[in-house]
Amino acid sequence: MRETFTKGMARNIYYGGAVFFFLVLIGLTVDTVRSLPKTDNSENLTEQVAAGKRLWEVNNCIGCHTLLGEGAYFAPELGNVYTRFGESTEAIKAFIKYRPVEGVEGRRSMPQFNLTDEELEELAQFLKYVDGIKTARDWPPNIQG
Amino acid sequence: MKYESQGIAKLYFIAAIALFVGQILFGVTMGLQYVMGDFLFPEIPFNVARMVHTNLLIVWLLFGFMGSAYFLVPEEAERELYSPMLAKVMFWIFLAAGVLTILGYLLVPYARLAELTMNDLLPTMGREFLEQPTITKIGIVIVALAFIFNIGMTVLTGRKTVINLVLLTGLVGLAVFFLFSFYNPDNLVLDKYFWWFVVHLWVEGVWELIMASLLAYVLIKVTGVDREVIEKWLYIIIAMALISGLVGTGHHFFWIGTPDYWQWLGSIFSALEPIPFFMMTLFAFNVVNKRRRDHPNKAAVLWALGTAVMAFLGAGVWGFLHTLAPVNFYTHGTQITAAHGHMAFYGAYVMVVLTMVSYSMPLMRGQKAANQTAQKLEIRSFWIMTISMVFITLFLTAAGIMQVYLQRYSADPLPFMVVQDEIAHFYWAREVAGFTFLYGLILYIYSFFVKGPEVADVE
Repeated sequence: MRETFTKGMARNIYYGGAVFFFLVLIGLTVDTVRSLPKTDNSENLTEQVAAGKRLWEVNNCIGCHTLLGEGAYFAPELGNVYTRFGESTEAIKAFIKYRPVEGVEGRRSMPQFNLTDEELEELAQFLKYVDGIKTARDWPPNIQG
Repeated sequence: MKYESQGIAKLYFIAAIALFVGQILFGVTMGLQYVMGDFLFPEIPFNVARMVHTNLLIVWLLFGFMGSAYFLVPEEAERELYSPMLAKVMFWIFLAAGVLTILGYLLVPYARLAELTMNDLLPTMGREFLEQPTITKIGIVIVALAFIFNIGMTVLTGRKTVINLVLLTGLVGLAVFFLFSFYNPDNLVLDKYFWWFVVHLWVEGVWELIMASLLAYVLIKVTGVDREVIEKWLYIIIAMALISGLVGTGHHFFWIGTPDYWQWLGSIFSALEPIPFFMMTLFAFNVVNKRRRDHPNKAAVLWALGTAVMAFLGAGVWGFLHTLAPVNFYTHGTQITAAHGHMAFYGAYVMVVLTMVSYSMPLMRGQKAANQTAQKLEIRSFWIMTISMVFITLFLTAAGIMQVYLQRYSADPLPFMVVQDEIAHFYWAREVAGFTFLYGLILYIYSFFVKGPEVADVE
């Protein structure tokens, strides 16, 4: 680098740039959090849904599936599974409930999690709530996720 | 090696490489599960294998960063480590916590692990990369604090160099942003938003500070180029990393229920994120060309140059490929993401740790550089692992492009599992590249034990 550009100048760009853009990120975060109620479907965030989210977590569903595009890419996207399953929580529950314990020969298969009927309902309600989140451009692009 | 306490790094590096082997073994297991769906089912289902694969990566990179800091900081600060004892104790605590957590994943169902570790008291488990039981997370915080105290005291009571201070800033940032992993609201959009404050601000933020300072240190050592020149580069690289990367977090806020303006901000700022990586490449080649000495450790020089190039390709180019919102609309959460993730992590963080290992390990074993045969083997393993990773990335990219077309873009989109069958041959090819990588890694480890003629010491 040329001599006219000194180490001091480089250091100032670092400190100035880092502080400035960190403040910008904080400002944008405040604005985002404030405007979330318009899109985040929190009006439907019931205790049942919260319990469903916990089940989603403690069974590590994200280890195979994506949810709003984040997670593993081994199994289908579930952010719109409620729509894909004909807006039926019963269909979602039945799918999870009847997974074969020993899997399917030669194929990927979801484990049997032995959830109770109450837990199945909570998980299905959670997935229904996620489907109600208003994502930009109504992502995913189509029903296949 | 100028200071005795630098030798603690050896312990950390040995653990790091051992866990690296575990990571790759689970990697090839998962690769096989992609094409033979029932492989190891139901004993080790895919989600468990993946959790082990990614968590081992994180833990061994942290071991690598800590080892690097313990080696580098005393020398830069021109004093012994503040407390070598604390560094040793923390090593065993961190190793025990890491190994127990991984065994927990493998030996009991995840839901049972959550129960056993009382996840209900403070639920933090079950989110990607942050799967560790809450108690492990608390352990990580304690180890990180003790580590930063130790390093911080060494830096602050010793000579303060730009490299030392930048490294310390990066490490403090790493610890601070990890605290967001304890925030897990029921509101999924909020949860996802702040989850990125750990994940993005680590790998596309403060980890870049750590990486750039490690690279700068090794380059000073192996090229003998003037510190002033290298420090100027370091400042400008990390300046660009934070200027682009902080608001660049927005490229994760396109489709998770966050405001539309993130599509503009995320696209624009993350499009700048390749710049610091490109500058790192220029920097590395520039100072190696201007070198004042030919260091006998040729392998370390190669790793340093390789890091700069592969980080630019993996993090920079492959990141840019799918970072613009109109593109990401189709590629979000597909194999394209997996392709980018693999080369970025390998190119930036795996390679920078291996650069430090390559430079420092011979010194800790009382040599200037590894013997000629060992270096030849190490260089061969460098090429095998790196080229394998290029192919893993290319095959996953091809799989991703097919997936995007068949599942998201064509007039008649196909279901996920149908598409997975269509692209299976790419997964087979990736698996072959994965085994080649494993072969390279075995060769790499063997290179530490092989005997041969000593290198000529040309200063």
